Amino acid sequence: MPHTAIADQPDESHHPTKFIWKYIWSQDHKVIAIQYAVTAIFVGLVALVLSGLMRLQLGFPNSFSFIDPSAYIQFVTMHGMIMVIYLLTALFLGGFGNYLIPLMIGARDMVFPFLNMLSYWVYLLSVIVLLASFFVPGGPTGAGWTLYPPQAILQGTPGADWGILLMLLSLAIFIVAFTMGGLNYVTTVLQARAEGMTLMRMPLSIWGIFVATILGLLAFPALLVSAIMMIFDKVIGTSFFMPALVSMGEQLDYAGGSPILFQHLFWFFGHPEVYIVALPAFGMVSDVIATHARKNIFGYRQMVWAIVAIGGLSFIVWAHHMYVSGMNPYFGFFFATTTLIIAVPTAIKVYNWVLTLWKGNIHLTTAMLFAIGFIFTFTHGGLTGLFLGNVVVDLPLSDTYFVVAHFHMVMGVSPIMVLFAAIYHWFPKITGKHLHKGLGNAHFWVTFLGTYAVYLPMHYLGFLGVPRRYYAIGDSTFIPDSAQSLNASITVAALIVGIAQLIFIYNLIHSLRKGEPAGANPWGATTLEWQTEHTPPRHGNWGAKLPVVYRWAYDYSVPNAKDDFIPQNVTDADVVMVDSPLTTSSDDSPESIDLGPGALS
Amino acid sequence: MSLLKALAEKPWLPQTAGADFAPVPGPLPSNPGRTALKFFIAVASVIFFLLTITFLSRTQYPDFQALAGEPWQPFSNTSQLWLNSAILLLASITLRWGVMASRQQNLGQITVALFAASLFSALFLFAQFAVWQQLYSLGYFVNSNPANSYFYLFTGIHGLHLLGGLLALARCIVQFAIGRDCAQLNKGLLLCRSYWDFLLLVWLFLFFLLTLSSASYRAIAVLCGF
Repeated sequence: MPHTAIADQPDESHHPTKFIWKYIWSQDHKVIAIQYAVTAIFVGLVALVLSGLMRLQLGFPNSFSFIDPSAYIQFVTMHGMIMVIYLLTALFLGGFGNYLIPLMIGARDMVFPFLNMLSYWVYLLSVIVLLASFFVPGGPTGAGWTLYPPQAILQGTPGADWGILLMLLSLAIFIVAFTMGGLNYVTTVLQARAEGMTLMRMPLSIWGIFVATILGLLAFPALLVSAIMMIFDKVIGTSFFMPALVSMGEQLDYAGGSPILFQHLFWFFGHPEVYIVALPAFGMVSDVIATHARKNIFGYRQMVWAIVAIGGLSFIVWAHHMYVSGMNPYFGFFFATTTLIIAVPTAIKVYNWVLTLWKGNIHLTTAMLFAIGFIFTFTHGGLTGLFLGNVVVDLPLSDTYFVVAHFHMVMGVSPIMVLFAAIYHWFPKITGKHLHKGLGNAHFWVTFLGTYAVYLPMHYLGFLGVPRRYYAIGDSTFIPDSAQSLNASITVAALIVGIAQLIFIYNLIHSLRKGEPAGANPWGATTLEWQTEHTPPRHGNWGAKLPVVYRWAYDYSVPNAKDDFIPQNVTDADVVMVDSPLTTSSDDSPESIDLGPGALS
Repeated sequence: MSLLKALAEKPWLPQTAGADFAPVPGPLPSNPGRTALKFFIAVASVIFFLLTITFLSRTQYPDFQALAGEPWQPFSNTSQLWLNSAILLLASITLRWGVMASRQQNLGQITVALFAASLFSALFLFAQFAVWQQLYSLGYFVNSNPANSYFYLFTGIHGLHLLGGLLALARCIVQFAIGRDCAQLNKGLLLCRSYWDFLLLVWLFLFFLLTLSSASYRAIAVLCGF
């Protein structure tokens, strides 16, 4: 099998010239990354619109005739599944994983470029199959994003004929795509690192993506297995998950299956999935914070160990999603304990981000704003997780808006904050242009404050006992009327946040065409992707010779060094030193940090 | 360098202070195919592991009727399954022969070995299909009992994995037919051999698992705490 991608022979890695080979059927990891990103962002916008429709119904019930209870629960289902799988997983791993891995470890491409290309096209197929369910009789499935049987495949649930089948099929196709991509990512990290790039010299972004990919490879099979078994139950009439039941007055042919079994399988995937999304975010935000605070990341080894520990522990906490499922109560004790344990490495990471900022030379770029915003949202979301991880607290709060607020803060808003930070941070490398800072800051403040306006009140609704997934609160004795006015205000905030994303889209398109040229290394970053010969990097990434790595990824503000960053590929001999420490670290004029490759020699 | 030692590196120290962890000069020794295969085998193992767990749990439900254990049950006589196992074993052995022949660059042996390996693998799939047909003709439909459902599901997924392996083998053969590069063929066949060995082990495990009696399932379930 030819591996032109990793051989240091650029002549052999033929450069495609025709448009179709260069941009459509491309095997270049950067093009594939952009294909992944554009598709994921598109489908994410669909899910955003769905959430707007849901909020319209909740905020102003009975005002919109086209949103009936079936449509509402279909929006809930599709919004959840699209956001978790088809946006976050695909954008973090397919998008940023693809773009960053070869560049950050000093490789020319992924080790299996063809498989990488195939991964994207299969992913696109899964998206098309999923979106097709909007156009089939009965519409998409309304089973809730967790697709719990038996109701997921029974008549009476919206989309029980075609929608659920297309959903399960789409998930299976997605998993095939992810496996092809994932095998590429882990193999590339393990086998194609540049000379001198030891595992512990890798930037934390790569550590996060690497461990998350391993989690994905081991966790997605659980979803695949449950999807296949549910397809069997639906199409062939087996009883893997389906108990004997009467539906609409009719005794069905199912007998003896276990719906709880599905929940175990689903959450054996579902909980690692939280970290499949979170670990790349942890890694990328670490790099953004270190770069824009001009300071080495605090506790690098702890950060790596925490990523690995969280990865391992994430496989033994799944049943904290199932305290009310009727499983053996003794399980609750075990899973509450493991849930508390996994909070320890997670907390270490939060402390280390804050300690990295401590006395750093913080540059409040848009990327940094989003990164700091992430620390806030993630801490809030994480702390409510400790509430829900304990059985006695979870029981009354289960299936209320408290849960909705918790998981949106911790795995909705937080990873998306990092995605925005990452896009603002790496856009100059991807396109050679800066995003507009004013628009970016406006985007940040509306998004950050807006999400708090949306999700903080939701915690309160949860305390009141407002149940999630309900089309309308209706008349109830225990929920005061004021809950409805809170709901209306949440809807207004959510719509403002949703519309504010248009600023971001406009900024992307505007800056792509008319953005300020960024140069090779606008942030003065140390990692390899900023040291390429060309910006944006060309096919093969590195020109004639692969880089050699001489140091870790966080040599910022090294005492006595002339510049406040030393790229990973600069030898000790090439570092310009001065006699006494300079105070240049506070000099943030563009001239002082906009150093391209070779500027130190 | 072991993983634990690698993770103990203090990369912020100057190289002289961290000399124990000094990177090996030159590019990494690289065998991406082998690494990817290891991960793929891990992925496939998780699939079969999870199915096994759910299966063992399902065996303890009252409607479960094992496929073996009593004389009237279809796998009280497992001769057909033994035959299928022998066919898959032959496929594995002939692949090993192919690896040796490609190392020795013996074109004649390569041809025969590759032909035999492909033939035995395809034959195994047909033989498994024949077992399905037999079960079907005896009235053991996919949906008539969870034991049947699992049998079809397990063997179907195992067969799909072998089919995928056959595609990879076909790719090796086509590349060899075009390039006549024995070294490249050897590299590809080494991967195929490992994969076939894995699938043979999985099949033997499934054979064992799916032909136990109800009493044996009960014993295993008690041991596993179901």
